[in-house]
Amino acid sequence: MTELTKLTIAEARDKLRKKDVSATELTRAFIDAIEAGNPALNAFVLPTPELALAQAKESDKRLKSGDTRPLEGLPLGNKDLFCTAGVRTTACSKILDDFTPTYESTVGANLWNAGAIMLGKLNCDEFAMGSSNETSAFGPVVSPWRRKGKSDKLVPGGSSGGSSAAVAADLCLGATATDTGGSIRQPAALTGTVGIKPTYGRCSRWGIVAFASSLDQAGPLAKTVRDAAIMLRAMASHDPKDSTSVETPVPDYEAALSQGVKGLRVGVPKEYRVEGMSKEIDKLWQEGIAWLKAAGATIHDISLPHTKYALPAYYIVAPAEASSNLARYDGVRYGLRVPGEDLIDTYENTRAAGFGKEVRRRILIGTYVLSAGYYDAYYLKAQKVRTLIKRDFDEAWKSVDVVLTPTTPSPAFGFGEKTGDPIAMYLEDIFTVTVNMAGLPGISVPAGLSREGTPLGLQLIGKPFDEGTLFRAAQAIEDAAGRFVVPERWWEAGGQPASASAPAKSANAKKSDGKSKAGSKPNERA
Amino acid sequence: MRVDETTVRRIARLARIKISNEEAKGLEAELSGILNWVEQLDEVDTLAVEPMTRVVPIELKKRTDVINDGDIADDVVKNAPMVEDHYFVVPKVVE
Repeated sequence: MTELTKLTIAEARDKLRKKDVSATELTRAFIDAIEAGNPALNAFVLPTPELALAQAKESDKRLKSGDTRPLEGLPLGNKDLFCTAGVRTTACSKILDDFTPTYESTVGANLWNAGAIMLGKLNCDEFAMGSSNETSAFGPVVSPWRRKGKSDKLVPGGSSGGSSAAVAADLCLGATATDTGGSIRQPAALTGTVGIKPTYGRCSRWGIVAFASSLDQAGPLAKTVRDAAIMLRAMASHDPKDSTSVETPVPDYEAALSQGVKGLRVGVPKEYRVEGMSKEIDKLWQEGIAWLKAAGATIHDISLPHTKYALPAYYIVAPAEASSNLARYDGVRYGLRVPGEDLIDTYENTRAAGFGKEVRRRILIGTYVLSAGYYDAYYLKAQKVRTLIKRDFDEAWKSVDVVLTPTTPSPAFGFGEKTGDPIAMYLEDIFTVTVNMAGLPGISVPAGLSREGTPLGLQLIGKPFDEGTLFRAAQAIEDAAGRFVVPERWWEAGGQPASASAPAKSANAKKSDGKSKAGSKPNERA
Repeated sequence: MRVDETTVRRIARLARIKISNEEAKGLEAELSGILNWVEQLDEVDTLAVEPMTRVVPIELKKRTDVINDGDIADDVVKNAPMVEDHYFVVPKVVE
């Protein structure tokens, strides 16, 4: 496979500007990589090669004329939660069927207007509800990582599992992702990639399929801290179409990377030392502390006393908001319709057939906690606990600038290992979910390998709108830990398909290029 | 909190999701499990705490009340499963 796909965004940008490579050559290298690797990984649910080549042509024109935009000619993947004009968008649910938006998400539009190229739509958990990418109607994504000497399939994390797998396997330079409880940071940690969930309000939510509106944020998944910084700057903007998007300037995060962490005050919260945390995660955490110290930061023990209540509160707030957001899927205005005897029967049939098991479970929990007589006991209570969680951080910011924690309690797990027990799966987000509840920015950066040879990540949490400091601290960890790339590129050799029908599906999807209604259907695959 | 089968059915009806008898039984245990787990929040004293209504302290934005969009009926019905002219077609609601 060509070396071009192994480049970082920063390296590719330099090569394009120096005319060492054209945008078309670079894009073709990725199209080939997707064709060869996607049958085994199932990371893309809809490659859009024709669209990508058309965008590349425009980029080459601009690179030649000197009218170069910030991300000119850089091929990226786009999570299938982002609406794409003229390209099928499903949230990896059967209920959206072959929904083809007539508009582009603001984050997507920002990227394409900055010159980036879209290679296709990436797999994710259905409506972004999951931590392993196993709830997708298109079937699970296979992580490019394997345990040392083993070939059993591991999950790439979720919900942005297509994004994390595609970036780790060099099927794109970087990818869009979304994070409601950890869906950017947990997959980043499990695949050796960098993922940042910015402050709530930093990126517009307009045109992103809604899950839990007070928690959802878009962010990038990339190979390096620098790449994530480059992408976030382009993705973020104030948007009048999202009333929660914030009118604050987006700094040049990349320029700040070289400033280092001398004098930075790093908080280490004792409440994150949870029962059952593996020894290797604890060791990694200690290493992270030592690295930041060596780079000139000071370390401070802090307390975030309400940490343990974040996850249960999240599993009230998120399902409640989801049950309300997902009420729109009624089989009338778009998506799947399964006819019934009357209108209500049609709604009930459609929603029973269209939503997968985990989504149905969360809608029911959400409906229950919002139902008459229970609202105060559950939803109101959870929102009050949320105030306390935020207060913990407000207190911490008086003495520290960033907080360092592990990203996940354990390394990547195998297919089916946690699907039987919803709470075991929910616990994957135990370290990431507090950040969403408090609306803060959080980044996961690769920091080491487990005994099994799979990646582990550290998380840095920052003050509102202080992503710049997070990038600087993450850079210090990356400088010390180095990058972690998959040692064996088994998926290039036409490995085992992710599931039996995967190759046929990709071929179909490619032909249709998402522009017609004849694309691959998520049906029969859940 | 123990969620019984009747409650599961009532909730499913409210959520407009058809469930089979078998599913109702499974959901009874699953929903009870999750609700029992979230009940640990009862340990937290929230008597004097305001609920969080927004994550960043910003004023809700206002805009002038003018039409800034529209005339896109084709786009609006483009993805509908059944359309007549610019109307969504649904089963008969009023006899």
